[in-house]
Amino acid sequence: MRARVIIVPRPEVLDPQGRAVAHALSGLGFAGVRDVRVGRIVYLTLEDGLGRAEAAREVDRMAKELLANLIVEDFTVEWID
Amino acid sequence: MSTHSEITPEAIARHGLTKDEFAEIVRRLGREPNYVELGVFSVMWSEHCAYKSSRAHFHLFPTTGPTVILGPGENAGVVDIGKDKDGNTWGAAFKMESHNHPSFIEPYQGAATGVGGILRDVFTMGARTVACMDALRFGEATHPKTKSLVAGVVHGIGGYGNCMGVPTIGGNCGFDPCYNGNILVNAFALGIVRKDRIFKGTASGVGNPVLYVGSATGRDGIHGATMASAVFDDDSQAKRPTVQVGDPFTEKLLLEACLEIMTHDWLVGIQDMGAAGLTSSSFEMASRAGAGMDMDLDCVPQRATGMVPYEMLLSESQERMLMVAKKGHEDDVLAVCKKWGLEAAVIGKVTDSGRMRCSWQGHIVVDVPINAVVDDCPRYDRPRQEPADLDARRALDLDSIADQPLAADLVRLLGRPDIASKRWIWQQYDHTVRTSTQVLPGAADAAVLLVRENGARLAMSADCTERYGHADPWACGAHAVAEAVRNIACVGAEPLGLTDCLNFGNPEIPEVMWAIREAMRGLGDAAKALDCPVVSGNVSLYNTTGDQSILPTPMVAAVGRLPDGVEPVRMGFVEAGDAIYLLGRFRPSLGASRWLQEYLGHHQGRVSAVDLDAEKAVSSLVRLLIAQGVARSAHDLADGGLAVALAECAIQAQGGPRGVRCAMPSPQDSGTARHDERLFGETGASILVSVRSSQRSEIEALAADVGVPANYLGEVGDLNAAFEIGSLHAPTADLADAYHNGFERSVLGGAQ
Amino acid sequence: MRVAVLQFPGSNCDDDCMQAFGRVLGCEASLVWHGETSLPAGTDLVVLPGGFSYGDYLRCGAIAAHSPVMSATKRFAERGGTVFGICNGFQVLTEARLLPGALLRNAGLAFVCKDVALRVESQHSDLTARVAPGSQLVMPIAHMEGNYFADAATLDAMEARGQIVLRYVDRATGEPAQTANPNGACRNIAGVANERGNVIGMMPHPERAVEDVLGGTDGLALLAALVAQVSARAA
Repeated sequence: MRARVIIVPRPEVLDPQGRAVAHALSGLGFAGVRDVRVGRIVYLTLEDGLGRAEAAREVDRMAKELLANLIVEDFTVEWID
Repeated sequence: MSTHSEITPEAIARHGLTKDEFAEIVRRLGREPNYVELGVFSVMWSEHCAYKSSRAHFHLFPTTGPTVILGPGENAGVVDIGKDKDGNTWGAAFKMESHNHPSFIEPYQGAATGVGGILRDVFTMGARTVACMDALRFGEATHPKTKSLVAGVVHGIGGYGNCMGVPTIGGNCGFDPCYNGNILVNAFALGIVRKDRIFKGTASGVGNPVLYVGSATGRDGIHGATMASAVFDDDSQAKRPTVQVGDPFTEKLLLEACLEIMTHDWLVGIQDMGAAGLTSSSFEMASRAGAGMDMDLDCVPQRATGMVPYEMLLSESQERMLMVAKKGHEDDVLAVCKKWGLEAAVIGKVTDSGRMRCSWQGHIVVDVPINAVVDDCPRYDRPRQEPADLDARRALDLDSIADQPLAADLVRLLGRPDIASKRWIWQQYDHTVRTSTQVLPGAADAAVLLVRENGARLAMSADCTERYGHADPWACGAHAVAEAVRNIACVGAEPLGLTDCLNFGNPEIPEVMWAIREAMRGLGDAAKALDCPVVSGNVSLYNTTGDQSILPTPMVAAVGRLPDGVEPVRMGFVEAGDAIYLLGRFRPSLGASRWLQEYLGHHQGRVSAVDLDAEKAVSSLVRLLIAQGVARSAHDLADGGLAVALAECAIQAQGGPRGVRCAMPSPQDSGTARHDERLFGETGASILVSVRSSQRSEIEALAADVGVPANYLGEVGDLNAAFEIGSLHAPTADLADAYHNGFERSVLGGAQ
Repeated sequence: MRVAVLQFPGSNCDDDCMQAFGRVLGCEASLVWHGETSLPAGTDLVVLPGGFSYGDYLRCGAIAAHSPVMSATKRFAERGGTVFGICNGFQVLTEARLLPGALLRNAGLAFVCKDVALRVESQHSDLTARVAPGSQLVMPIAHMEGNYFADAATLDAMEARGQIVLRYVDRATGEPAQTANPNGACRNIAGVANERGNVIGMMPHPERAVEDVLGGTDGLALLAALVAQVSARAA
């Protein structure tokens, strides 16, 4: 069972990395970009014994306690398999 | 790839071995090597590990002297920095090493792992690493790749050194078209070690266990040493996977674990797994002890699955050490590694066979005599030839150029990225961690570091003016040493020793080999004359892209010590009304000068003749003036000559930029009547100092005593007053703006 | 006066803190390994030094905030003990939720090492209780993630309670200016305290400015005031 935790800066938080990437894209001639946010992805491979519901609860806790900092970041969890 | 892959002529060529070298391997083994052994010979006989083109000329360097505790041959050299209050003698271990090719391919990781490698070389001696410097060369500022290479390299150096908590306190950075396709990243590190606790890379004591400590082995950087020994071509860009990735966090843990292990009497020897990884460390350690070694490759911690012996032996995974422990202490070593969260395993033992035997999955995969690989590796005295156009290179006709000492020239030179403040670079390096940096980067001609262990103050500076090597590589080598020694003298320090990083093109080209030998001879001559022995170093050849070799770049880093009680001075002027003196033999030449490069775009002509007696005299005079508290500031003449040096002292004055009112040195005092040559011509053996106006007779008497010219030029002005030397007048604010913002403007495209 | 300097894997200002509190200020300072589950008996002050704890992987300070010694530190703070984080130590304290807000990547996206001028904004903390508000201090910063962030409501509440203890200011005017902000921090904030004033974090390095020969003594003034305040309370 594998989960993908996607962590991005919250919308109201300034993201200098995202701004720099946006600037670089426009410098390269890509005109259609309105905004860029740079985040991170954490792939988790979980023990098979866990049920999906229990696994979902665990991953949610992991994200809140360590993987993301909710003061400045939001996260979403996607299940790969 | 396995032990059974076929040994074809293509395989031999791919391993960078010549037909003759392969025949020699067969002769020494009495059989054909298997594929793993071929890989072992290939890396151990590479230029990078074996110094096969340069070793024949090492005798040109002085390597002994009263200050030398350990000369070349170990992981780093060690010089004596005095005793502590308990009577223990302390040493400074230091070395400089190149990471040129990896940094061109992947600037961040290339530069970062360069720093990581040199730090390991130093702490493997048992030394606590306390300072780094970096000497960098890039292509033209306007070259399309330069900006991203500069940003990547600087970010990489900072990323590694900052995390390690080792301050980066000095260095230099230059730009020339010859580096467009082959940048230079030369990293220097210095550590402090008690003389009786220096560790060496030796594997003695039959039956003693061999331990592997650090990161697990992956497939990183296989054949990096061979890459560093080959000409760069377009394919090199596609060699990205061979670049290693650095993990400074693990290195920090490795540093602390090693130093903790070394406080006990557990180790016989230790060596970093650098270029050529497990192979070079194991062979060199056994070779130094005249011993043999058995290794079980199944015990090597592995990061990737399915690794074969060829990969394990040649991997250049970073942050790894090989240790030989005293029998019975392996568990003590393993326990400390566990505390620091490091991989560690016993992978073999020392034998008396004189052979390296590696087993894997029940088979012997390597069985070769150690001295056949290490001690008797091929050495070449390659053919040398003076370039046919040497006379043309040395010719410079100035008569066709109008003699115009323009203020605009000074502003333009100060704004060149080579000369302008490198603040953009060093602000990205933590230069105050460890709270021992007394003179910060850019403030003086050398950085000054306080050594907590015994209160000694060390000065260090890295220098090379590669332009001088175009027409006179001997002078280039000699000037590099002279400038480094002058720079540490300008903060008041006596030289203790130096390390070098010899960057050149393809040694198989006789004109390049001629330049290598000439530069080494110049370096050696100056090191002898200035009492600054060579204690360690590194050679980087094949810095060639297509048919373009780089200019000879014999980079030198000198380390010195301030006498107890002497306070260092900076380059900036101190107070309005102070008298400005030009000390030493002032013989400026526009030949191969920065001014010439800026205006004519070439390096023609001869540099000012090297006068080592004059160098020695002016360095000792400036040390005396600093020790006696007479000199309030000191700065040597270098790139851009007298006008640039004077402007730098004015711009960096205490409290903000100050004006100066100076007369031009007379033609008699300069050896030239041209105004531009007196202002912008470059010379050795010349230092600008400022003294209180009340001490003019004192400095003149002290200089006369030792027979060194002391030419009174004028006085320091008020804050923001005009800058005046002879007929050249410029607003100080314009000079300061060019100096402070020139680097960002020219390299990064706009003030930041 | 007993000072516990926490040592995480990757801490690199631990020794500088030992020097400043031990050798220079004469406290009884000791290093405490991150795996310890309790602080040494009689600890008066816990210092979290700068560095790159756990390589600063994931987020600066995030992994350190979950180490065993931080549980002990939280209990110490709850009992009113003084906890002081510098640079990476400040990041650890925000990640451990002992201090409000978070520290983001510098606005310039680059590591910055240079001297900055600070102004003491409030006496509402053990660090600044004995320093006159408005005092200007110069000391180095050295960080990649010092861009202090908290939402506007949190910042307003912190201002009201005096939890903003240090701001970056222009050396000439003494006022917070955009040009004097080295990392893009909200409202030029360089250091904050918790509501109670016993947990303090700051990005600049006072321990690197404790000797005239090495970059001034403004940091020493601040650390001496902290030690005096904690000693007075312990007495």
